Amino acid sequence: MKNMDFEKAIEELETIVGKLEKGDTSLDASLKQYEEGIKLVRLCREKLSKAKSKINELSKNDDGNFQKEPFPEKIKNGKNIT
Amino acid sequence: MNRERIYTVTDITKDIRFILEGSFSDIWVEGEVTNLTVSSAGHMYFSLKDKNSLLNCVMFRSDGARNTFTARDGLSVLCSGRISVYDKRGQYQLYAREIEPKGKGSLALAFEQLKEKLRKEGLFEAARKKPLPFFPRHVGIVTSGTGAAIRDILKIARRRNPNIEITVNPVQVQGVGVKEKIARAIDEFNEYNKWTKVSSDGHCPVQVIVVTRGGGSLEDLWPFNEEIVARAISKSQIPVVSAVGHEIDYTITDFTADFRAPTPSAAAEEVFPSMEELAIRVRQSAERLSLAAGTKIKSLEKSITVLETSYVLRAPVNVLLRMEQEIDDLKKRAVSGIRYLVELKQGKIALVASQLNALSPLAVLERGYSITFKGEKVKRLAADFKKGDSIHTKFIDGIVGSVVEKVEL
Repeated sequence: MKNMDFEKAIEELETIVGKLEKGDTSLDASLKQYEEGIKLVRLCREKLSKAKSKINELSKNDDGNFQKEPFPEKIKNGKNIT
Repeated sequence: MNRERIYTVTDITKDIRFILEGSFSDIWVEGEVTNLTVSSAGHMYFSLKDKNSLLNCVMFRSDGARNTFTARDGLSVLCSGRISVYDKRGQYQLYAREIEPKGKGSLALAFEQLKEKLRKEGLFEAARKKPLPFFPRHVGIVTSGTGAAIRDILKIARRRNPNIEITVNPVQVQGVGVKEKIARAIDEFNEYNKWTKVSSDGHCPVQVIVVTRGGGSLEDLWPFNEEIVARAISKSQIPVVSAVGHEIDYTITDFTADFRAPTPSAAAEEVFPSMEELAIRVRQSAERLSLAAGTKIKSLEKSITVLETSYVLRAPVNVLLRMEQEIDDLKKRAVSGIRYLVELKQGKIALVASQLNALSPLAVLERGYSITFKGEKVKRLAADFKKGDSIHTKFIDGIVGSVVEKVEL
């Protein structure tokens, strides 16, 4: 579940919520669904909280390997926009 | 007059060719096509002219086949190639390798020609379009590193979702060789993904590419109408979002891309899911989840309450008592039933016995009757007797012997 991407996680969460809202499952199954749902909520929140803005520029070095360097955000007059 | 060196025609022609080829080995010429003919072998002969001059050109079939654009008389074009000399006629000419449209009419025609060609090949088919990732972890951008497009995109990306890695592969979007550069930049992202699989030290593959530039003239946008760019997009393993020029501008790149955004900003809105919206979605789901679970629990609680207040659960002892009582009752009824049966049977026996008793001659004797025998035989009639008969009479308690004195009938 840790490797699940956000889209999968939120979709599964919404499916579980839908099922639980129908309420036609047994108590045991409902509790399991609830637990699963809570885990997915946590996972989604975690995925949303990992904020790390990374903006790079792609180039190739002499060995033909790719390298990424911070993207120099400049407009034509050379002023940095950040 | 210098007669030191007299050239043969061939020699001078050779020298002229040497000079011309040395100076004009790779050039671009702009002009209007005229006198266009195609030989049976498929070679194309034409001239380029402008107001004052005319240049003879030839494009061999092998080169011609590589060009999508089919020129016509009267169209403005750009030709690349080399100048050389056709010895037999003493004529210099352009050996054209590429021919490109130039100017509105030519460009419009070239656009239609390429669009038709690629459409026939199925490059624009909806079935070929790859879905865009809902929440990409890494976005690649092919655009000018200094244009307004990248600035707009980064601004929106930061606002909507700072969580997503962005890699810019900057390209010139104006000037010579732009189309090749754009195509290569797209290829490079695909190569990068293969490379990240190999290197895999925290590198995340690019999950969507945005190919973009801001607004400009038809000529400015032209590289995005080139076949090489369309090919790079259609062969890209990574889905491509195009955003070229303004909303009204449609390019071949737009048709080929997996998603066409009207502007760079719109592309960013499409590609970068808003963290805020996602957070709201998660929160709503979380709320619904606990509400649903709460409802479930409440409904269960309710049924528990119903059960609790029910007679059964409120006083289970009563039930036991009642059941014991019932058992006792049944027992009693069973016993009395048996007793009744027994009594019934006993009664019957007594009755039968009494009936038997009544029939017994002894009983008759008990009531005061007696039985008279003559010899061994019971005599019921007086006529059976005569005077002097010896008889005996049986009473309840014994027998009396007597002699008949007289018989009266």
